[in-house]
Amino acid sequence: MSKTGLKFKILDAVYLAIMILPIVFGIVLQVLTKPVAEGINITGARVYFTIPMPIQNFPITESQVNSLLVLIVILGFCLYITHGMTQHISLKRQHLAELIIEKVDGLVKENMGEYFKGFSPFIIAILALSAFSSLITLFGLYPPTSDINIVGGWAVLVFFLITYYKMKCGPVQYLKGLAEPVPLLAPINLISEFATPVSMAFRHYGNVLSGTVISVLLGSALAGLSSMVLGSLPGFLADIPLFQVGIPAVLSIYFDVFSGCLQAFIFAMLTMMYVSGGFPAEEYEKRKARKKIKNK
Amino acid sequence: MELAIGIILGCCALGAGLAMIAGIGPGIGEGNAVAKACEAIARQPESKGSVTTTMLMGCAIAETTGLYALVIAILLIFVAPNLLVNILVNTLKSL
Repeated sequence: MSKTGLKFKILDAVYLAIMILPIVFGIVLQVLTKPVAEGINITGARVYFTIPMPIQNFPITESQVNSLLVLIVILGFCLYITHGMTQHISLKRQHLAELIIEKVDGLVKENMGEYFKGFSPFIIAILALSAFSSLITLFGLYPPTSDINIVGGWAVLVFFLITYYKMKCGPVQYLKGLAEPVPLLAPINLISEFATPVSMAFRHYGNVLSGTVISVLLGSALAGLSSMVLGSLPGFLADIPLFQVGIPAVLSIYFDVFSGCLQAFIFAMLTMMYVSGGFPAEEYEKRKARKKIKNK
Repeated sequence: MELAIGIILGCCALGAGLAMIAGIGPGIGEGNAVAKACEAIARQPESKGSVTTTMLMGCAIAETTGLYALVIAILLIFVAPNLLVNILVNTLKSL
């Protein structure tokens, strides 16, 4: 396929549309459904509608819709940067794709070891999902990561992974591991087992949510300040948002961009550490060697 | 009735403020971690990358207790007042 053919360009446009249209859709949905609020207004995710279910009604919230939009955006992004890949690099975007893959592969190999080489797609998925979910605030949309249900879901997934790899040598070995160093401490070990996903979910959600709360508080404080300074002026001069221009943007760089990306990185790092740390590598190798001898 | 609701709201706010005292601990801990990381980088500038990564991880874990306090404070401010006022109104109705 030629790099400049019409077909190539049309596909490019389609992928870009997959990348951009969900955000536009989210903004339109937000504009259409969000009630106009006065003053400070910190609420959770709005519920669009509820599906009646036998046990409990199933609410479709803003965070679910937005995380689906983020998934579609990531899909479009991946399709776009891998489009037209060749063995010899011919497009600039291929550098980006290779850079991402190489970095994450290196990170996974460094932190998890050779056995977990196949983990890098999962790690990159967590990284991208978390980072894009936090960065969606830049478009004024509700970040799915500031909802504990979304982050809690990821943490439960990670918990299952950790437990699976701890049970690689059989459940007996796992129970033995709980009773270390003395069997008396088994309840505490059990609690710490369940505290892992809770702390991971709270860490991510708390960081993103605190950023949102502080931004809203600062915005309202600056509005009060500028109305105090300019309030006595006549006419439209009183309504000039003197201090609201620019200052919140500086905070947004820290709370939305830096903190969001850092939390994504930390979530992925903790996933890697817990999964590879829980895996009893020596015991597994021993058993594998024993099995080999038996089979011979 | 108004007095009771006022007490509920005031105590929720006070409790949230008291809960955030826990922010002191992570502050001191992260300060120590960053100070040590600075020393380590000053001593061995070539190990900057791994030291920074480890420091960020440590900071994230040290931050957890502060974030527990933050979650409790958020619950106290945004969730607890409604819940408690509802309970109060219901009990007064049933009396």
